[in-house]
Amino acid sequence: MTTKLFGEPVRRREDPRLLTGQGRFLDDLGAHALEAAFVRSPHAHARIRDVDVSAALDVDGLVAIYTWEDLPDLLAQPLPLLIPHPALTHGRTAHPLARDLVRHVGEPVVMVVARDRYLAEDACALIRVDYEVLKPVVGVEEAVQSARLVHEDVPGNVGAHLVQEVPSAAGLGARETIEAAPHTLSFRLDIERSASMPLEGRGVYARWDADDESLRVYSSTQTSTSVRMAVAARLGLPLPKVEVIAPDVGGGFGVKIVHPWPEELLVPWAAIALGREVKWTEDRREHFVSSAHERAQVHTVRVGFDDDGRVLGLDVTILHDHGAYTPYGIIVPIITSTQLPGPYRLGAYRVEFSSIYTNTVQVTPYRGAGRPQAVFCMERTMDRIAAYLGADRTAVRAVNFIQPDEFPYDQGLIFQDGRPLIYDSGDYPESLRMLKELIGWDSFPALKAQAAAEGRSIGIGIGCYVEGTGVGPYEGGHVQVTSDGRVHVSTGLTSQGQGHETVFAQIAATELGVPLERVSVVTGDTRRFGYAVGTFASRAAVMSGNAIALACRKVREKALRIAADALEADPGDLEIVGGEVRVVGSPGASIPLATVAVLSNPLRYAFDAEAARATQFAGASSFERPPVAEGEEPGLEGRDYYSPLRSTFASGMHAAIVETDPLTAEIRILRYAVVHDCGHLINPMIVEGQIHGGVAQGVGGALYERMVYDGHGQLLNASFMDFLMPYATEVPFIETAHLETPSPLNPLGIKGAGEAGVIPVSAVIASAVEDAEGIGIDRMPISPSELFDLRRSAG
Amino acid sequence: MTDIAITLTVNGVVRQVEVPGRRLLSDCLRHDLGLTGTHVGCEHGVCGCCTVLLDGEPVRSCLTFAVTVDGHDITTVEGLAAPDGAMSPVQRAFTECHGLQCGFCTPGFLCTVTALLRDNPSPTGEEVLEGISGNLCRCTGYQNIVKSVHRAAEIMAEES
Repeated sequence: MTTKLFGEPVRRREDPRLLTGQGRFLDDLGAHALEAAFVRSPHAHARIRDVDVSAALDVDGLVAIYTWEDLPDLLAQPLPLLIPHPALTHGRTAHPLARDLVRHVGEPVVMVVARDRYLAEDACALIRVDYEVLKPVVGVEEAVQSARLVHEDVPGNVGAHLVQEVPSAAGLGARETIEAAPHTLSFRLDIERSASMPLEGRGVYARWDADDESLRVYSSTQTSTSVRMAVAARLGLPLPKVEVIAPDVGGGFGVKIVHPWPEELLVPWAAIALGREVKWTEDRREHFVSSAHERAQVHTVRVGFDDDGRVLGLDVTILHDHGAYTPYGIIVPIITSTQLPGPYRLGAYRVEFSSIYTNTVQVTPYRGAGRPQAVFCMERTMDRIAAYLGADRTAVRAVNFIQPDEFPYDQGLIFQDGRPLIYDSGDYPESLRMLKELIGWDSFPALKAQAAAEGRSIGIGIGCYVEGTGVGPYEGGHVQVTSDGRVHVSTGLTSQGQGHETVFAQIAATELGVPLERVSVVTGDTRRFGYAVGTFASRAAVMSGNAIALACRKVREKALRIAADALEADPGDLEIVGGEVRVVGSPGASIPLATVAVLSNPLRYAFDAEAARATQFAGASSFERPPVAEGEEPGLEGRDYYSPLRSTFASGMHAAIVETDPLTAEIRILRYAVVHDCGHLINPMIVEGQIHGGVAQGVGGALYERMVYDGHGQLLNASFMDFLMPYATEVPFIETAHLETPSPLNPLGIKGAGEAGVIPVSAVIASAVEDAEGIGIDRMPISPSELFDLRRSAG
Repeated sequence: MTDIAITLTVNGVVRQVEVPGRRLLSDCLRHDLGLTGTHVGCEHGVCGCCTVLLDGEPVRSCLTFAVTVDGHDITTVEGLAAPDGAMSPVQRAFTECHGLQCGFCTPGFLCTVTALLRDNPSPTGEEVLEGISGNLCRCTGYQNIVKSVHRAAEIMAEES
């Protein structure tokens, strides 16, 4: 195949429209639609006594006001619990509009529709909701004391409890093994709440066609097919009468995989009820208090190890704060608990988590999804073992690594997809060697001594991770070659800036031997492809990438078969180069793919010159068989699905050098290095971009981002003024190196790359600050004032 | 609420519009004039997505009432390319250097950087960081945005 585009840093095809203001984000659509706004609870826990809308009725431009009582039966039910894991014994979800109780600040109570958003907000301001304020449950430690309950019928506020245990080779449990180990350590590790915070919030725009009784919904979502199914189910519409489209989406990072959001049902329902287009665009405060957060967990770790630092037994207990509801199940603590072993072969492992209700915004996956917590636990453990033994931190890691000849490696756990957690491939010792070289690990002590002599305090840190990517169950791809030679690719999963239009086009162009310019790609539009899961868990390239490759191979096979007939050659002697099917070694004998497409579709009508070549009188055809042979379909197109046996496992290692200010305790990242392995790279430029973005979010999580709740359940920093995210001035230059251990599980040998960058950053920064300061770091993020306090209590 | 008639010159075209006094410039541009390239990320002036050029200077259109800029000159992302549609050096540099991912913050960055390079055609690394430190991006990690600014300066120097 000479059209080699797979693996090349091809420039993005998305860029021109996004750079010229021609992107189509949710709020760019529906210029004449009515607009919705919501009255949201100001209390973390309260009973609704009465809603008085009378004052709002006078607002000029008001169209409708809805409360829970106005909703039809199907819509009045609690929202679906999307992933009902058996361990989630007390799963609870909210109603689209609050029924009797509100359980967090920001829960929607009343929906208002008006001529525009200003007027809808005017009406909201005039609606009086009478609340009986109840005492809230805030913070996981208060919740487990169960003095008060978030849901009256959930004892102890415990939504889920799950234990997984892998015995040692000798068949002993982790706790026994730890007791018998030469050395043991116990400690607690905390991570605080953060959130995805895409710069475009959520949004929904719905159009009802009353004549056709069909609904079109645009949503800023990571899963248009699932929104479609949810809308059809909850509004009682036939599925084929509902279309959902994810237009350009301004970032997702996990929060937009949750569905259906109340607004994704309410806005289309209002559009039907009113017979008018209706739109809702989330504002930033709404995003803070009514979407989803992640990260908050408390971990209690006990580890037993030998004189070399080899982990003989590890026992981790996790308290997971899942907020007021569990629409997305318990994916986050499942991932933490199963990804915790990372690149290591642990002697015996026991992990137990409890998922706890609190009167705060619900918790669903945020880029990395439980893994930053897992890696923080495991890597802090490695650092503590090293400190205890006086050993080099990388040496302790190396002694525990799974070796390259041990793949596939079964960790003995059940992963988030309900399937065994078996690593497909990797080379952790090589990854560590590359990282140490990149950051200059071995020469760092000299650098540190030199800095100390200048009165400066610097430290180096490391963090290793393994990331389950490309999780199933499936994705599909459809590929069609039209008679103008253009190739149209579609897949059902969505894009939120990852460059899917480009990488999927690279795959199709490579597989079909056509120039990139002739390939167009559509994602996230149920009109083009109705079967899909969504873009999350670093799965898009693995899942849709392979599905598109398989669909292309079907098309290619058919093209070669038809061309072989036309060229009177053997299909095995044909290749496709530059959009031409030709006989290998005989450049004169060729036929354009466009012509093959014409030949694939016997026609009655000559609607253009190309089509004239495929009509019934155009050429010789056998009278012995029908125009479309049995088992054939007209057209040069193919559809296929990729459904993996299990997840792929990408991996990587990060290192950082930080400097801490002796007076202000400010933490500055001087260098940041990444070695990354996601199997074969489709587009190295895009993979690097994903790493950069991930590390930046990780830096935010390590140093700045936290959701600050007071004892009343009020989020005190629900704005960009107070919830700090890094600007260009806070993110270091990131040095990267790639290692490619192809996945044996899929035809393209790829693993996912979307989330990796964010995963180990908190662990790396904690390790580096600890090295600089000589003070144990067991809670992230860490601010200068916290470091200052730590110094004082240590000093 | 009584609407007020205002006249704006947007991307070189005189536009007349009637808006309530409280209408934000961002909403006026996006919804009254149909120029949806200007994005709103936070509506409190922190993220910079809504940055446009007001008489050539970058401003937050989400913190500006439309009526207060009556008679002024505004450039949005739609006005950065040449009249024939050719992308400006800043726009070209962003695509060369992969300076965008989801593209939501991009129009704000492009306007900010256009003004930055007009005032300082060859900024140092520190000056670039300072120059874009009022714009948030959640996707790219900034490294390629910084690279794009330097590349844009290069292109402008080559083409001047």
